[in-house]
Amino acid sequence: MNKIGLITWREYSTRVKKKSFIVMTLLGPVLIAAFYGILIYLVVNEDIASEEKQILVVDESGIFEDRLSSGELLKLDYRRSRDKALTDSALLATYDGWLSIPSGFKVSDPSGIVYRSRKNISIQLKEDLSNRMEKVLSDYKMEQYGVSRELIDSVKSSVSIRAVTVDKSGKEKNTSTELYAAIGMVLAIAIYFFVFLYGVQVMRGVIEEKTNRIVEIIVSSVRPFQLMMGKVFGLAMVGFTQILIWVVLSGLLITGISLFMGGDMESIQDISKQAQEMQSMQQLPEGTDLTAFEEIKLALSELNIPFILATFIFYFLGGYLMYSSLFAAVGAAVDAETDTQQFMLPITLPLVFAFVLSTSVVLRDPNGTLSFWMSIFPLTSPVVMMVRLPFLTLSEQWWELLLSMAALVLTFCFTIWLAGKIYRVGILMYGKKVSYKELYKWLRHGN
Amino acid sequence: MTAPYLSVQSVVKDFQSHRALDHVSFEIPASTVFGLVGPNGAGKTTLIRIINQITAPDNGTVLLNGRAIELSDTARIGYLPEERGLYKKMKVLEQIVYFGQLKDLSRMESLDRALKWMKRFGIEDWRNKKIEELSKGMQQKIQFIITVLHEPDLIILDEPFSGFDPVNTKLIKEEIQRQKERGATIIFSTHRMESIEEICDHVGMIHKSRKVLEGRVDEVRKSYSREQMELEFKGEPDGLNYIPGSLTDMGEGRKRVVVTLEGTTTRDLLRTWNERVELFSFSEKLPSMEEIFIEKVKEGDHE
Repeated sequence: MNKIGLITWREYSTRVKKKSFIVMTLLGPVLIAAFYGILIYLVVNEDIASEEKQILVVDESGIFEDRLSSGELLKLDYRRSRDKALTDSALLATYDGWLSIPSGFKVSDPSGIVYRSRKNISIQLKEDLSNRMEKVLSDYKMEQYGVSRELIDSVKSSVSIRAVTVDKSGKEKNTSTELYAAIGMVLAIAIYFFVFLYGVQVMRGVIEEKTNRIVEIIVSSVRPFQLMMGKVFGLAMVGFTQILIWVVLSGLLITGISLFMGGDMESIQDISKQAQEMQSMQQLPEGTDLTAFEEIKLALSELNIPFILATFIFYFLGGYLMYSSLFAAVGAAVDAETDTQQFMLPITLPLVFAFVLSTSVVLRDPNGTLSFWMSIFPLTSPVVMMVRLPFLTLSEQWWELLLSMAALVLTFCFTIWLAGKIYRVGILMYGKKVSYKELYKWLRHGN
Repeated sequence: MTAPYLSVQSVVKDFQSHRALDHVSFEIPASTVFGLVGPNGAGKTTLIRIINQITAPDNGTVLLNGRAIELSDTARIGYLPEERGLYKKMKVLEQIVYFGQLKDLSRMESLDRALKWMKRFGIEDWRNKKIEELSKGMQQKIQFIITVLHEPDLIILDEPFSGFDPVNTKLIKEEIQRQKERGATIIFSTHRMESIEEICDHVGMIHKSRKVLEGRVDEVRKSYSREQMELEFKGEPDGLNYIPGSLTDMGEGRKRVVVTLEGTTTRDLLRTWNERVELFSFSEKLPSMEEIFIEKVKEGDHE
């Protein structure tokens, strides 16, 4: 049965040779890097997004003057009382807003503060102002109770927790929640996008063959199932090629950047050597505090990267096979892409749901009940399990992974069978608006 | 008739709302051209799909060389569907080679044959063009090449001339004859009857999901003979009986009419006419397949 191979090869070679594929493969990482670069830049340099605010504080109580000071983006002017001759309009012509603190303002009952402005106050400014004022008030109260400034400062402390997981045998592993979350997210996003993008491409390919009526010639030579599987496999190979090129490219890019930044290869090797040394230490002496960088290095060395990659490929393939066969069935059931909406929704919904929850609930509590069930349920497991994967202690939770994988394999076998039946009837059915009821009939009788 | 190459036996196919084929049987002898005719929607395409094993019959069998047709037989069938389809973005040669491989040809063999055919049709310069850059007629030629590339024993052509100009129609007609001489059996499906007499040896007709006619083309036409004669002459046929409206002017004073025998013999008929006009030719007027076709359709509609 080399027919599937032949179809796979055609799908693969024609798509890989396309200009759009080459452009996307080469530009994709650049675009993604640029996108996240800009995002991180904006988050880090918040002030770019917002501008300095000039605010007049009319403090009739006299509590805030000298205590509430101007900040980086906040310029405050003080007045003890409001000049009655000045109207709001006149005031707001020179200031972005003015804050009034009434004369009867009491520290024990901090109410009656009003902020007036032309534009709506932003959440950021409102929070900034109230935070500053709360701090002023608490400092003011402490002073009243006779607590000195030095004492107040010495009370503040910063706590960092080193996360260590312990398995049954008592072996300890250093972890970095932030790093693991980042790795999990990257893998989950990769699966989500690939399943989506390539699933839709499978659907488009099926629709193209159907509308061009090529399908009639092909199914007079091969079984419809072979055609469907050839297409699904071919696109999986295209996806793998793309990932492989991206991995190689980003590897080159990172090496290039680190060389450019003055850090030569030696220092990179140095880091990995250091990490190995730390790993060999196994149990860090009690009371060792690590810097964030060291913590990441250590946690990275504890990760079983080949295992994570292998699991990623498994879920990538499993999720893709499951979803793309469904997409193929949708393509076969309709006459044009515009008719796909009603069938697309139930397929894309669990995928989007998994993705959205991955970035919130699952990330916050990777070993929680919801996260567990979503990583077992096959329609959501490929995305959710990726987020959970770095957080799994395999010696304890191996069965969760196994259960999830088994469920995924069973499900894609089922969806491929299901899709094959719909596909077989659908590809030769023209000019008929297909409903779910109709699909059910195809499943039961075939044609 | 010798043992048929393809035998369709009492095939039934039901769709959800109607019966597309109702106990249809045909016998198609080897190395002949079989015209499968019938109005649109009669069930021709469904029958073709069953022979191609794209769909399975609900009842009845299809025998190839006396044994039930199998999936592996599709490699020996060439199919030109009515709705032509090619990959628009794929290059011509690549496409022909691919379809050849799908029919179990090796890549080299497929490439070799594709080049030969392209040369023969005078389109070898187009090998690296994409299908979408080609004219419709050119695409049709490529589709025909794909159909016959693997030298199939059975060739099924569904409306092969639609969309062809007269030059290309002639080319394809010649190719059909060559394929027949090579030993292939050809099923030629159409709802247009003009070419049936010229191309087909046998004919089978489906109307409203049922077979209404089958046989050798010449025998079918003879059996539908309405005892009409065609006469060509010079002179005025005043007072002579002929079918009203059949009088045609052939130029240079010659005229042609169709006459019904109506109980008289040809000898009497000739004598009568000979006395009045100068006769040039006299022949039996057999009904054309088109006339038989229309008659059969009307018959069926009155049921």
